Amino acid sequence: MRIGLFVTCLTDTLFPDTGKAVVTLLERLGHQVEFPMSQSCCGQMHFNTGYRREAVPMVRGFTQAFEGYEAIVTPSASCAAMVREYHPVLAAGEARDAALARRVAEVAPRVHDLATFLTGVLGVTDVGAYFPHRVTYHPTCHSLRMMHVGDAPLRLLRDVRGLELVDLPDAETCCGFGGTFAVKNPDVSAAMCADKVAAIRQSRAEVVCAGDNSCLMHIGGALSRMRTGVRTMHLAEILASGQGG
Amino acid sequence: MTRVTGTPTPTGAMPTYLGMPAFPDAARKAVANSQLRRNLTHATTAIRTKRAKAVAELDDWEALRQAGKAIKDHTLANLGTYLTRLEENVTKAGGHVHWARDAAEANAIVIELVKRSGARKVVKVKSMATQETGLNEALAEGGISAIETDLAELIVQLGDDLPSHILVPAIHRNRAEIGDLFRRTMPDAPADLTDDPPRLAGAARAHLRSEFLSAAVGICGANFAVADTGSLVVVESEGNGRMCLTLPKTLICVAGVEKVLPAWRDLEVFLALLPRSSTAERMNPYTTIWSGVTPGDGPESFHLVLLDNGRTATLADETGRQALRCIRCSACLNVCPVYERAGGHAYGSPYPGPIGAILSPQLRGVTSPADASLPFASSLCGACYEVCPVAINIPEALVYLRARSVESKKRYPERAVFKLSAYLLSDARRLAAAQRAVAASRHVAGRGGRIRRLPPPLSGWTDTRDAPAPPRESFRAWWARTRGSAPAAGRAGQPPGVGADAPAAGPASQSAPGVGSDATDAGTGAAG
Repeated sequence: MRIGLFVTCLTDTLFPDTGKAVVTLLERLGHQVEFPMSQSCCGQMHFNTGYRREAVPMVRGFTQAFEGYEAIVTPSASCAAMVREYHPVLAAGEARDAALARRVAEVAPRVHDLATFLTGVLGVTDVGAYFPHRVTYHPTCHSLRMMHVGDAPLRLLRDVRGLELVDLPDAETCCGFGGTFAVKNPDVSAAMCADKVAAIRQSRAEVVCAGDNSCLMHIGGALSRMRTGVRTMHLAEILASGQGG
Repeated sequence: MTRVTGTPTPTGAMPTYLGMPAFPDAARKAVANSQLRRNLTHATTAIRTKRAKAVAELDDWEALRQAGKAIKDHTLANLGTYLTRLEENVTKAGGHVHWARDAAEANAIVIELVKRSGARKVVKVKSMATQETGLNEALAEGGISAIETDLAELIVQLGDDLPSHILVPAIHRNRAEIGDLFRRTMPDAPADLTDDPPRLAGAARAHLRSEFLSAAVGICGANFAVADTGSLVVVESEGNGRMCLTLPKTLICVAGVEKVLPAWRDLEVFLALLPRSSTAERMNPYTTIWSGVTPGDGPESFHLVLLDNGRTATLADETGRQALRCIRCSACLNVCPVYERAGGHAYGSPYPGPIGAILSPQLRGVTSPADASLPFASSLCGACYEVCPVAINIPEALVYLRARSVESKKRYPERAVFKLSAYLLSDARRLAAAQRAVAASRHVAGRGGRIRRLPPPLSGWTDTRDAPAPPRESFRAWWARTRGSAPAAGRAGQPPGVGADAPAAGPASQSAPGVGSDATDAGTGAAG
């Protein structure tokens, strides 16, 4: 299977270790991963903030970079959902480009978030990871309600050796990130994050993991500001860790 | 004055949504109000838990939901046909139909009808349409007092307050606050009235009884209007609606044009969807359905005011029109994490919460700061869409309205920022260059590799959250360095990446162990 890694602009720029972890993980499972260097951004921030026209070049760029791959894997369920749900809307609507719309229709359905790619496409839950820590999992909104990952991440975590998985109270409540919402509505965003942090503290986890670095950046920023001693980690990094174990 | 009692208001002015601040400013005050936060969290948590249970009882919930959506979409696509049919059949049954283009027309029609009846006082069933038109204020100006008879709406009225929830307008008040209010403003409240909910309800019941018996005019909204039979439907829990709909001689119903349903059988779907979504009940306690007038039984004269007030303009919009499917159940408010923390008043409209954020800017336009800010008052978490009984894709409508809001602004400094970032992000070379610049700014991070303060507007982030320090090397730079492709050299057609060239890439790939240990450390890096 020809797998293309869509690392996302945020992970590429600020959290490269997540990208490295996806490569490690997929290679460990016997797959070749390619990173098309022409990729940049899916355009979600622009689209979600009301800058549709500005997002169109990103739709073109994404389509061009990933045409030809059987599977496109990304460590962001949110960006995967952007491509799957809204690239067709932008190609047909904003761009009014029928040829682009046809190409998007080919590429978009091949985009998978890491967790469901592992459990659904590759059919694995035990990825040979070892992570001897107490971990809780935050189901990010777009992974839950747009990509419908269900319990795939939990099944993956349960098969990690040494890992103690603890429940997160009110897990399915939004952490308050919401892209530019975090800056445009900082008070409500911070109030939502405060409740998420309280739930994480209640879980007594030492690590909180999720399938999106954007939400983790938000939650982690608050955990760090409050000196909670709880750290955030992308699901991919836990799954890639300690393969000797 | 619409007040039930003689207690004067301090300012003499009626509460209004006009001139409300933008959502972020209104919300800032609300999130700091600990009593409000506690009241809202308590109430919304209870009701959303109950709703989930009530919905889970039905195996065919999703089918019902899709049926509700399909019926509404069909009706909206043929709205003219069904409204004409409704008018014919209401008229045939002895009712009178009036058409109102906007709030002012609707209010003028109602005032004229009340004046013609000779009444100076009306009793009201809780109605969103008349909240939308500001009917009570208009009636007061016309010298007519309106008495709200829904318990929560009465609480709002007695407190000179504004509703903050579609179903439970006084959700922001707890029983202690309500007890205080009743003892202070209700002249016939028992001297020993406690905060016990049954006793509070009893006091309101006794207080309202005389109003029901003496009112000559009742005013209501409608949950549904059946075109085929000319029937109006009001769904309620307290029985106050039944009183208002049957006792007065004159009944006036103000209903949005989108309330029409084609046929009687369509009620089967909506009378299952609405109570479970709204009050988490299998069936609501009182459903009143009437067609025109029946001599010797109920009102002698019935008037239906069909209200447009921005609805046909909304209908013309392909993406925005789905908001007109709304049956005002308020399930989206009860699951919304933003509503739960900001409260209903922050939305500056009788329609708060997620549905309000897509409805108000469409019905009223985006000219006021409050309306322009509403489409942005969401983290796009999608919980609202998940529970909506008519499958309104609220997140989709929100991002669509954000685009309309951005386009409608002439001078907007933010646009330059987004144009620049789009320029950088739409091309791999430019992104790589930007990443090198970001990496060079690593030194601004404090100890522990976290950034604690950034300039506005990013200070909105760092006021409460640390920002991650940029890594030494971006992912693409790492890939280019370790996997041998020039940075940002990608062009379509060129063999993407070098996965195929990687030495015997496989489970024991050479680079894997090193990467693995990096990855473990990465967590620490990401979390600080």
